[in-house]
Amino acid sequence: MSAPEHSTEHETDLDPMNGHENPGLGYHRPRRSDVDDKADKKAERQVAALFGLSALGTVVAIWAYFSLNDIDPGDVDSIRQVNMWIGIGTFLAMIGIGLGAIHWAKTLMRDHEMTEDRHELRSSDEAREGAIQNLKDGVEDSGLGGAKRRSVLKGSLITALAIAPLGILVPQIGNMGGDWNVSKFRHTLWGPGVRLARDPDGAPIRAADVTIGSVFHVIPEGLNDLDHHHLISEKAKAVVLLVRLDPADLKIQEGREDWSFDGIVAYSKICTHVGCPVALYEQQTHHLLCPCHQSTFDVADGAKVVFGPAKRPLPQLPIAVDDDGYIVAQADFDEPIGPSYWDRLKGGDATVEEESH
Amino acid sequence: MHSIARRRHHRAAPLLLVLALLALITGIAAIAAPTPATATTEASAEDVADGERLFAANCASCHGLDAQGQDGVAPSLVGVGAAAVDFQVGTGRMPMQASGPQAPAKPVQFSDEQIAQLAAWVASLGAGPAIPTAEQVDPELGDAANGMLVFRTNCAMCHGSIGGGGALTQGKFAPSLLETTPTHIYEAMLTGPQSMPVFNDANVTPEQKRDVIAYLDFQSNGSPGGLSLGAIGPVSEGMWAWIVLLGLIIASTIWVGARSS
Amino acid sequence: MGTKLNSAAAGTANYVDERTSIGGFVKFFARKLFPDHWSFMLGEIALYSFVVLLLSGVFLTAFFVPSMTEVHYEGPFATMHGVAMTEAFASTLKTSFEVPGGLLIRQIHHWAALLFLAAIMVHMCRVFFTGAFRKPRELNWLVGFTLMILGLAAGFTGYSLPDDVLSGNGLRIIDGVIKGVPIIGTYISYWLFGGEYPGTDIIPRLFTAHILLVPGLILALVALHLFLVFLHKHTQYPGGGKSHRNVVGLPLFPVYTAKAGGFFFVVFGIIALVASLFTINPVWNYGPYDPSPVSAGTQPDWYILFVDGLLRMWPGWLFGLPTEWVIGGYTLSLNILIPAAVVPALFFGFIALYPWIEAWATGDRGEKHVLDRPRNVPVRTGIGVAMITFYVILVIEGSNDIVANLFHLSLNDITIFFQWGVFILPPLAFWITRRICLGLQRKDRELVLHGHETGTIVRYEHGEYIEVHEPLDEQELWLRVSYENYTPLEIAPELNDHGVARKGYRWDRFKQALSRFYFEERIEPVTAAELEEARHHHDEHAPHGLDEAAEAEQADERLDAEWEQVDGGAKK
Repeated sequence: MSAPEHSTEHETDLDPMNGHENPGLGYHRPRRSDVDDKADKKAERQVAALFGLSALGTVVAIWAYFSLNDIDPGDVDSIRQVNMWIGIGTFLAMIGIGLGAIHWAKTLMRDHEMTEDRHELRSSDEAREGAIQNLKDGVEDSGLGGAKRRSVLKGSLITALAIAPLGILVPQIGNMGGDWNVSKFRHTLWGPGVRLARDPDGAPIRAADVTIGSVFHVIPEGLNDLDHHHLISEKAKAVVLLVRLDPADLKIQEGREDWSFDGIVAYSKICTHVGCPVALYEQQTHHLLCPCHQSTFDVADGAKVVFGPAKRPLPQLPIAVDDDGYIVAQADFDEPIGPSYWDRLKGGDATVEEESH
Repeated sequence: MHSIARRRHHRAAPLLLVLALLALITGIAAIAAPTPATATTEASAEDVADGERLFAANCASCHGLDAQGQDGVAPSLVGVGAAAVDFQVGTGRMPMQASGPQAPAKPVQFSDEQIAQLAAWVASLGAGPAIPTAEQVDPELGDAANGMLVFRTNCAMCHGSIGGGGALTQGKFAPSLLETTPTHIYEAMLTGPQSMPVFNDANVTPEQKRDVIAYLDFQSNGSPGGLSLGAIGPVSEGMWAWIVLLGLIIASTIWVGARSS
Repeated sequence: MGTKLNSAAAGTANYVDERTSIGGFVKFFARKLFPDHWSFMLGEIALYSFVVLLLSGVFLTAFFVPSMTEVHYEGPFATMHGVAMTEAFASTLKTSFEVPGGLLIRQIHHWAALLFLAAIMVHMCRVFFTGAFRKPRELNWLVGFTLMILGLAAGFTGYSLPDDVLSGNGLRIIDGVIKGVPIIGTYISYWLFGGEYPGTDIIPRLFTAHILLVPGLILALVALHLFLVFLHKHTQYPGGGKSHRNVVGLPLFPVYTAKAGGFFFVVFGIIALVASLFTINPVWNYGPYDPSPVSAGTQPDWYILFVDGLLRMWPGWLFGLPTEWVIGGYTLSLNILIPAAVVPALFFGFIALYPWIEAWATGDRGEKHVLDRPRNVPVRTGIGVAMITFYVILVIEGSNDIVANLFHLSLNDITIFFQWGVFILPPLAFWITRRICLGLQRKDRELVLHGHETGTIVRYEHGEYIEVHEPLDEQELWLRVSYENYTPLEIAPELNDHGVARKGYRWDRFKQALSRFYFEERIEPVTAAELEEARHHHDEHAPHGLDEAAEAEQADERLDAEWEQVDGGAKK
């Protein structure tokens, strides 16, 4: 390597540069408070006043805590007042100390700049040699150096150290993943005959209720009977958007001729990009927009992607109408809903296949 | 009848000074004057006749004399009901002045009486949703907590969590609801104007609609935390953190670093 | 009284010193010098906002319940009456509405978090543009970089704790990104959430990370960061009397004790003011988490916005080809991996390694304690501005719906604009910045050689008008000439004396190419010889004004020649 070495060996502390001499520190202009006793006294008074302001702020905060606090609970205005006045009191208490101390430092403390030498961080050669020698001695003492290599000892120690954490880590990691049954992604609460119900109150929906231009946010009937934990986890997969279009506008997808009912279609509400609820339905364009990353799906054309980062259409829920006029699912979704993952196309089991036919 | 705008104005008074200083930075819109609420009365035959004349003079050039609409220009108004007319004309969206991604709210062009007459005539063309009664839109009778649940499931994705508004595709947008009268909110749900879907009574029941109105009305109390920065979420918060918070602190570092005179 | 106090203090000091030998430390630290400049306080803003975070965080842990057990709200807030929610959310509401001043502390905590990351980034920019990362501070740059990453982790884990709809959707996006990881994605998701998303474990787990793991690591690294600052002694801006071998400044005690100590109170005070007037993270608007709803303006806090911008920008279909591939039946989600993992990794990786990249280009192995003026390192400054441009584009794209709504634009147009702009604008910013730097350096040369214009016009006997120029004083002169004049590296030939290819030649070639990129086009500082020559001219000729005119003409010619040289270099 023959790159030019920029040396740091210098003769004096103030090295010349590009042939110019370093002129040294410039003229130190005295402050008004240095030369004028009146200015000095004035600065002192200002600092004291700022500290006084701080004490006042503390009083404001404590006053606000005790006196604004007993108003109508839940009243938005009184919550706002308590927080605002405690906050403003805290602000004054803090800023008074801060400005006062800094003003003191700026006007009253000596401000002559001083110079201190730096020392190269590199240890001296002597220290380095000493360090190496000490390590060598240590290795010698341990018996690992010198003639006896003791490779078996070294190897066994390294192996033991390397695998020792596993005894803790394996159970730890193993327990943290719950049951590790990732095939749950493939199933939702939908199945043959499950009624479509309104989110969040769970009232079942009649086909006649879904007028053209309507959008219903849908959960499977019975979801709300689950306990909270299962409700949330199942809802995260099962939410559906139900829309009725003019049948003339609807392009029926091949193989899905009987999945809709008189212009009523149901699609999963979970985005195929990273899983936000896709919920912004524009009834004039029939476009569904995801507010998170703006994937746009065309509901009139199989919920195909027309803009944005998603690649796949939203999964469609095949629907029918039961004898009482309620909309029901014909089956579960025929693919895992939501974002893509590595083995989403690898059938974990056959139930999905069976249900969709 | 309630005006969300008026109460909001009043309660925010102590903080208005700061708001005025900083509104420039975030572009928080000025608070508009409250829109007068629409009365609902039974329409007489004269009203219908007057409405027809008003329609012929102001609306027929696009919607046609018989209100059948023109393809690609304006929709048919047969069967849209009085509620649609009251909403579209009462918020100034109609008559439309210029074509654009969508018809925005503008200063209202007609008096309350004229709007009632227009609505009466259009309602006479075919059955459609009627203008809600004062009781149907009274926020005092609604359940704000249930309104929150209904609103966030059906409305918040477009209008924002408390109705501050939001963007749709291709330049369209869901308007802010913070200045909208309860009647117009109700009518919009019922009729689904422009991009907005219809939320008929089987989807969002009349009680739930009133709950939504109660939820939105509650927002006129302002935010318990102080000024709301437009209530549009973390983006405006982040911008304020940089401009106001960091800005003030960096300004103070410059003072700290400057030599005293 | 005074003497009594004094003797008490002396007694205590003696007691402590006999048991700790603290006297030596006090002697070492008390009069340690620190250079004075406002930009040296940016890191302090980060440190102090972290202290505010710790103080307010302790208050919040007294009320927050990190549990996902279902409760029905029984508190006073009208829009939540009877609503089902987790204990985490309910306790957040309780802290906000039933603990007097609790909402203030929540808002202080959240505003301080936003400030913490903003200050870290501004501080990093200062260190970058002034070259404070050079030897011996490369390792401290890495420590600071790690602190920024930990800051992001602290922010994100905290953002999710209240278990509201907004942060819940954010968590769901994270889950979606994790599931996109090839082969093990679904298993990482299960490991994190304790089973299927969202489960009941994630809030307690994030809580532990947020209040123990991450802040513990931050504290340890802050200590290391500050230790290294003391060890290295602070850098200083160039100027008379300053060199790489000294430090010029004011002592820690009392000046910086007062200034830096006082500044903590200023930072705390301003955070408290903003928190008392402005709402932040109004979780009561979003409501408790439910996987179905989502609201317009669903965004992360600003420091994660760049990832959101990348996710929004990367299309699912590129020129008719999908960016999610199926290979042998397995799905590879490039539309998630590239924007959420690959690009951020490259961006952050470049930032982390930058000190070494520049060291390869300069070949300089000396310790650098005097900072660069950004103009004197045009390529570095250009790179910095380009990276800021890139980052800002991502942040704006991550806010494109808000921008669209505010300015009545189409969000689709904004996205398309930035899809092209992200490739065009950063290089453009680099080029413009570098030109500006070179222009400023040229102006420095001109000032050094000709002095300042005085505005005094003099007319000479032969009728010529001339403006009198005043030479620079020695302080200003030094400021404008004292910078390193790096030239592209020269390397040894590939074949050594014996005609054998030498080891490491390709690596040297790479460094040479890098060095050319940095220093091929440069404006050299005025040397003492050049200045001497210019002044010599000055003395030879009389009258004074004539000389000046002649010199100006000559200088013009010289500048023209430089221009040509520079342009030629650029073409090469």
